[in-house]
Amino acid sequence: MKIKTFSMGGIHPAENKLTHEVPTKVAALPKQAIFPLGQHIGAPAKPVVQKGDKVKVGTMIAEAGGFVSAPIFSSVSGTVFKIDTAIDATGYRKPVIIINVEGDEWEESIDRSDKLELVADHPELTPEEIIKRVQNAGVVGMGGACFPTFIKLTPPPTAKAECVIINAVECEPYITADYRLMMEHADEILVGLELLMMGTKVTKGYIGIETNKPAAIELLTEKCHQKFNGSQYQVEVVPLQQRYPQGGEKQLVDAVINRQVPAPPAIPVNVGAIVQNVGTAFAVYEAVMKNKPLFERYTTVTGKKLQNPGNFLVRMGTPMKDLIDACGGMPEGDNKLLAGGPMMGKALTSVEVPICKGTNSVTIISDDEARRKDAQPCIRCAKCVGVCPMGLEPYLLAKLSEVKNWERAESEDITSCIECGSCQYTCPAYRPLLDNIRQGKSTVMGIIRARAAAKK
Amino acid sequence: MYGVIIALMPALLASFYFFGLGSVIVTTTSVAACCFFEWAICKYILKRQQNTLLDGSAVITGLLLAFNLPSNLPIWIILIGALFAIGVAKFTFGGLGNNIFNPALVGRAALLVAFPAQMTTWPKIGQWDTYLDAETGATPLSIINSAIRTGDASLLEQLPSSFDLFLGSSSGGAGAMGEICSLALLLGLAFMLYNRIITWHIPVSILGTAFVFSGLLHLASPVYPDPISVLLTGGMMLGAIFMATDYVTSPMTPKGQLIYGVAIGFLTVVIRNWGAYPEGMSFAILIMNAFTPLINNYVKPKRFGERG
Repeated sequence: MKIKTFSMGGIHPAENKLTHEVPTKVAALPKQAIFPLGQHIGAPAKPVVQKGDKVKVGTMIAEAGGFVSAPIFSSVSGTVFKIDTAIDATGYRKPVIIINVEGDEWEESIDRSDKLELVADHPELTPEEIIKRVQNAGVVGMGGACFPTFIKLTPPPTAKAECVIINAVECEPYITADYRLMMEHADEILVGLELLMMGTKVTKGYIGIETNKPAAIELLTEKCHQKFNGSQYQVEVVPLQQRYPQGGEKQLVDAVINRQVPAPPAIPVNVGAIVQNVGTAFAVYEAVMKNKPLFERYTTVTGKKLQNPGNFLVRMGTPMKDLIDACGGMPEGDNKLLAGGPMMGKALTSVEVPICKGTNSVTIISDDEARRKDAQPCIRCAKCVGVCPMGLEPYLLAKLSEVKNWERAESEDITSCIECGSCQYTCPAYRPLLDNIRQGKSTVMGIIRARAAAKK
Repeated sequence: MYGVIIALMPALLASFYFFGLGSVIVTTTSVAACCFFEWAICKYILKRQQNTLLDGSAVITGLLLAFNLPSNLPIWIILIGALFAIGVAKFTFGGLGNNIFNPALVGRAALLVAFPAQMTTWPKIGQWDTYLDAETGATPLSIINSAIRTGDASLLEQLPSSFDLFLGSSSGGAGAMGEICSLALLLGLAFMLYNRIITWHIPVSILGTAFVFSGLLHLASPVYPDPISVLLTGGMMLGAIFMATDYVTSPMTPKGQLIYGVAIGFLTVVIRNWGAYPEGMSFAILIMNAFTPLINNYVKPKRFGERG
């Protein structure tokens, strides 16, 4: 049988999965934890603590700031040091809550045992209850986009969910956090998937995994077989051809169920699919079954020159510096620090930036690989057009953004860009295509929002 | 860029083999002149920090210009052609990436208009040690042209066999330096396809259209040559493989490339059969170069989500 993949564009960057077989370590507690209030898509959270307040692990420190928003929970116990601003992963100064760590005292409501809780033992769980718990625990998409999960689980009335697709692709080079999570917590992830299917009232589930993770495919196929055979659910592990950006939501839906999500504002559920990252499935399990809010996550800390790259279970708010030190410290020479992988990650200006809900990796690119080559003139070779997984013309969008022709950029579908960077990766003239397109896209999105607001 | 230069090597070696000394002089002059003009214009006229000499594009232009010339062309005419190609066709538009027309073809067209006599007499192959005084002869295309002009189909019997045309080895054959050996050009095509330097769309659509269109004409009247000869003569292969596929001057989407290729194939056959010149490839490409921005504007790739 032909191994499935998405239908247009795509590239094959070098994998560099240095930490595939490095078991996850629990990261040490930081001395001070920093919690940005805007670590999800939507309105920033509103602080509910004040300077000097005592908090425990799992105490809510900021509540949802609107409908599209999520509460934030302390990952440490201690005293609120101050509510201030600090540079976060976006590179801007943003409001944060800083907590001085004292001991490690957890909220009593959190079930800290390792016992696997099964849905069968919890008759109180209804779809509404599951979604409420997910919302109250501050769960957001853990793949990087950080969209509040409960909204994804309640599709608009115009769309009907038909299946849940678990995104276990991890197509971004270097990152192995999802893979380790699958190898170490497969049972919990499957319960999470079951909860997601219950919450969205579907019976069909898929787990999309690229073929460079054969052990995960084997493990999950077997576990699915044991767990779901004979139940009301049909769950299928779908091996996928290795190809970037398969982990993009739309690409994954295309690859797994062969349906293409139309241009924005359409979302995957418009074609019946609800896509959740494996990390999110795990977070849903912990939120619903263990009453544990989202305050820690799996993160890969990696780089070719790093002494001991590894995977960590890390409390959010931990500065990246602590993790880098745990891997042997910042290497000598020139380094570029990325929140995320080399394709989609954002370069940071400080090692003090904290791990947030969406930080799946801290990647350090060293020496020449960290430097950009001088851009040459575009010779219209159309390689960017060929690799664009959205069927766009990156050379044109980049040019239109450069000359600030926003109307034309909008009519050329700049808002469909998923910012995967395949164009920039493939450009033989080293042109900063994605940089320009990103700027253009955010300006055009702003114009569209302003227009919609004016209409109201 | 350097991949294209490698792909041009078989044709270059073939031209040395068939035209000897003359082709060595013409190629060297053309490449050196194109590189010199590129460097000099960058440095002294535009005063650019970054000199584009080393990007390889001037070498390609030089090679392609030489491939379009007779191997007995005087050096001073080649210099004018190179100046036209690099100076006028390329740098007046802003240099690499900004030109509308293929520089080598503009150089050739300018020379053809300015020096029609020198540019339409072609040396015969196999004259190893001659340059300016090489003996000239009739090209297959001029035979075809006179057959159509006079309506005398029996003239076509003078055409070399398809196999000889394919190898370029027909005795007494004549033509431009780079177009004589189809085999060498096809090797270049295979190399570029294998290394994904170009896609099949442009060469296949040009050759396919020319084959079908001239085949229909051949069926309608024997005055028109058989389609195999049409593909193997003149600049058909050279144009379809190396000139029309120039990144800068060809459309960017596969669909656009097909439109462009079909139009070139069609126009070439029209110009060859009913135009004043025996060869139409270069004019067909130049005409379609002019349409490329329009094609890019209207022919869009299929967007994700538009399942048709």
